[in-house]
Amino acid sequence: MQRPNALDLRRALTPSASFWAWTGTEANLGDRLFHGAAALCAFGVVAALAGMGVEMIRASLSSIERFGLGFVTEVTWDPVRELFGAAPFIFGTIVSSLLALAIAVPVAVGVAIFLAELAPAWLRTPASFVVELLAAIPSVVYGLWGVFVLAPWLRDTVQPALAAALGFLPFFGGPARGFGMLAGGLILAIMILPTIASVSRDVMVAVPTSYREAALALGATRFETVQVAVLPHAKAGIVGAVILGLGRALGETMAVTMVIGNRAEISASLFAPAATLASVIANEYAEATSDLYLAALSELGLMLFAVTLILNIGARLLVGKVGRAAPGVRGG
Amino acid sequence: MMAVEASREAAPTPGSAGDTARSAEARAAATAPAVKMQTEALRAWFGAHEVLKAVSLSIPERRVTAVIGPSGCGKSTFIRCLNRMHEVVPGARSAGAVLLDGVDIFERGVDPVLVRRRVGMVFQRANPFPAMSIADNVLAGLRLNGVRPRHPEEVVERALAQAALWDEVKDILSRSGASLSGGQQQRLCIARTLALEPEVVLMDEPCSALDPIATARIEELIHELKDRYTIVIVTHNMQQAARVSDFTAFFYIGELVEHGETDALFTRPQKARTEDYITGRFG
Repeated sequence: MQRPNALDLRRALTPSASFWAWTGTEANLGDRLFHGAAALCAFGVVAALAGMGVEMIRASLSSIERFGLGFVTEVTWDPVRELFGAAPFIFGTIVSSLLALAIAVPVAVGVAIFLAELAPAWLRTPASFVVELLAAIPSVVYGLWGVFVLAPWLRDTVQPALAAALGFLPFFGGPARGFGMLAGGLILAIMILPTIASVSRDVMVAVPTSYREAALALGATRFETVQVAVLPHAKAGIVGAVILGLGRALGETMAVTMVIGNRAEISASLFAPAATLASVIANEYAEATSDLYLAALSELGLMLFAVTLILNIGARLLVGKVGRAAPGVRGG
Repeated sequence: MMAVEASREAAPTPGSAGDTARSAEARAAATAPAVKMQTEALRAWFGAHEVLKAVSLSIPERRVTAVIGPSGCGKSTFIRCLNRMHEVVPGARSAGAVLLDGVDIFERGVDPVLVRRRVGMVFQRANPFPAMSIADNVLAGLRLNGVRPRHPEEVVERALAQAALWDEVKDILSRSGASLSGGQQQRLCIARTLALEPEVVLMDEPCSALDPIATARIEELIHELKDRYTIVIVTHNMQQAARVSDFTAFFYIGELVEHGETDALFTRPQKARTEDYITGRFG
């Protein structure tokens, strides 16, 4: 037993051995099967992603041929006359997501700073756990809450107050309906907050303690320590967290569909009903009667697919960069 | 400080026998260094683990005190108590008194931020802020304390010169602090600490990550700095303690075993355990 073990060890340590292990040509049958099965699963995921992209392009072809680039700028969405323009949904998606970011980012970064830097040790783990739990709540539950609590509250309390105070601005004009862009943005803000907060917290925790100690030893307060030693290092990772949140906001469907009002219109007022790329697909796909209608909806989906994919790749790169820049070196 | 001492020496008028005796006393006090810091029954814990057991030690002003002992003897914890850095570690606490110029820094109402401004610290691993330039690193402490020097470039030059780094970096002040070599980074950290003009400088194994040449430079620097600052240095290197310090304290498993003038401690240790350690029988 002793000898083969030593031999195996020596073989494992030589570079050519690891090459053979990788190709699976010198390993035993079981290892080769395992290697092949695992590789198949991994490539299967990539193939599924690529297949999805190809299939969506194919499904949208007739719409792409018919409307061309004008699809993006056209403001009319009229299934009856078969006139399809994506502009109201692009507008609705961008505005609701930006609104969500504007509300969620400051709160989420505050939560992350509290969890990573300020909370007493006994509170950190349970509180972080609760924040991550928020991300696990099904979006239809957020939607229900939006319908029964958020929208009536906005209609009866928040929107009249905003209209009274800032009604001269076009953003707060029109009747207070509750359901609309503001409700959509708010519910998105609540939904992306846990993502941004927990990723930001992880990035801050990864900042080496030695930087914090350097700041503290120079007579920095807790707040200044965060400012000088933590945030500059975590910045790229926080930006990545925000982009991850943005990706979720852009693609979020159920909760937004339930509270945004679903009207294919571009309005300056946040009180007005609107629609997003995701919400219009969810609402109309089942009733799409013509091939062109289906193709137009597929093209909306294709745009959403491409944008969220690109954003997520960018965000992962940024978060990963912080992980490498701060390889968990804790000052002694 | 200088002005106070001058007036104290000038005050007694020669004449009466009592006065003469008092001025002789004052002279004796001037040669025997004043006590800058003093710990009284200082104890420290990480969670339930007691790492310091009732340590009472005085640290003389403008002298170098070395703290030596085997790994895990509490020497780092000890100096981290001297500027209240121990308590920033989650689960860490301490008891007992640490007097700075006779005032307990753990007393209720004492702001740890102000303590750390007077008692600066240099760490084992050089930790300049990598997002800041060399010059900004030096000024970081002042800025954190709300001081906006009228001529920041003079402050930068003075601090870097004191840390024996000025000549090497004077042309690259706007470069990142992280671009320097390990020894230079450590001297930058010393400059950053000195820029605040602290009264005491604590050094926690400042040379443990440095090569012998960089180590020699830091040791030279410690020699120059002791004219102006009270220095406490933790080191696991007994030769270093012998080279740089005036006084040495030997710690073993959380207890202060022996403390005295460095020459005496290394040549005529009073305790068997100290002798075993400095002769290399354990540790």
